[in-house]
Amino acid sequence: MARKMKLRTRTREGKIEILVLINHPMETGLRKDKKTKEKIPAHYIQKMTLHHNGQLAAEANFGIGVSEDPLIGFRLDDAKNGDKVKVEWSDNKGETGAIEAVVEG
Amino acid sequence: MAAAATGLLKPGTVLAAAWPANAFAAKTIDDALKQLYGTNAVTESKDIEIKAPLQAENGAVVPVAVSTSLPKPEAISLYVKENVQPLAAAIDLPRASGYFSARVKMAKTSEVRAVIKSGGKLYSTSMNIKVTVGGCGG
Repeated sequence: MARKMKLRTRTREGKIEILVLINHPMETGLRKDKKTKEKIPAHYIQKMTLHHNGQLAAEANFGIGVSEDPLIGFRLDDAKNGDKVKVEWSDNKGETGAIEAVVEG
Repeated sequence: MAAAATGLLKPGTVLAAAWPANAFAAKTIDDALKQLYGTNAVTESKDIEIKAPLQAENGAVVPVAVSTSLPKPEAISLYVKENVQPLAAAIDLPRASGYFSARVKMAKTSEVRAVIKSGGKLYSTSMNIKVTVGGCGG
């Protein structure tokens, strides 16, 4: 099942900012279920890439310290309206997702 | 992974660099830095800014934005010193600006540190964020 993702772009401090939101539990593997007292298995996004017009712009690695439903921001120096941006991610259980958008500052 | 971590491979020349498991497993910022960049020699810099609340009511969701005016930023990493695993995120920037934002979990009041790699050297700044309700417990 594909996870909900949102991507929006805006202008911040003269640059194009890419904001991506992913519905993801980001389970640390350290929490226990309050009823069963069993550890909840780790389930978190580990990798995220940002492509700008087909070229790799940023490659992020995440740990368990990133909050549930990650809201991640990148900025591009050289982006303009109409450019294509694409964000892809994968988690520690092999789940993946991708979203594309056209830059609108 | 070792090659990517030491910067021998240019970002973008590998399809998917391995997730740096050792850096995320590190219990201290110094150890995470060594795993990521091969050194923990960092210079304090005023050219890095961390935007975050001084006090967070909910440690599960603390918004943090890192930006830098250092030339040609190659990588950014973000740490919460008091977390069991301090490294929260490590980003390579083959083309993007020296900027990264995320919401991070904070177990308790802690120093939050941002490290920027620029010109092959590491620069850093930190701030203290007070947490009233921790965000990593069960």
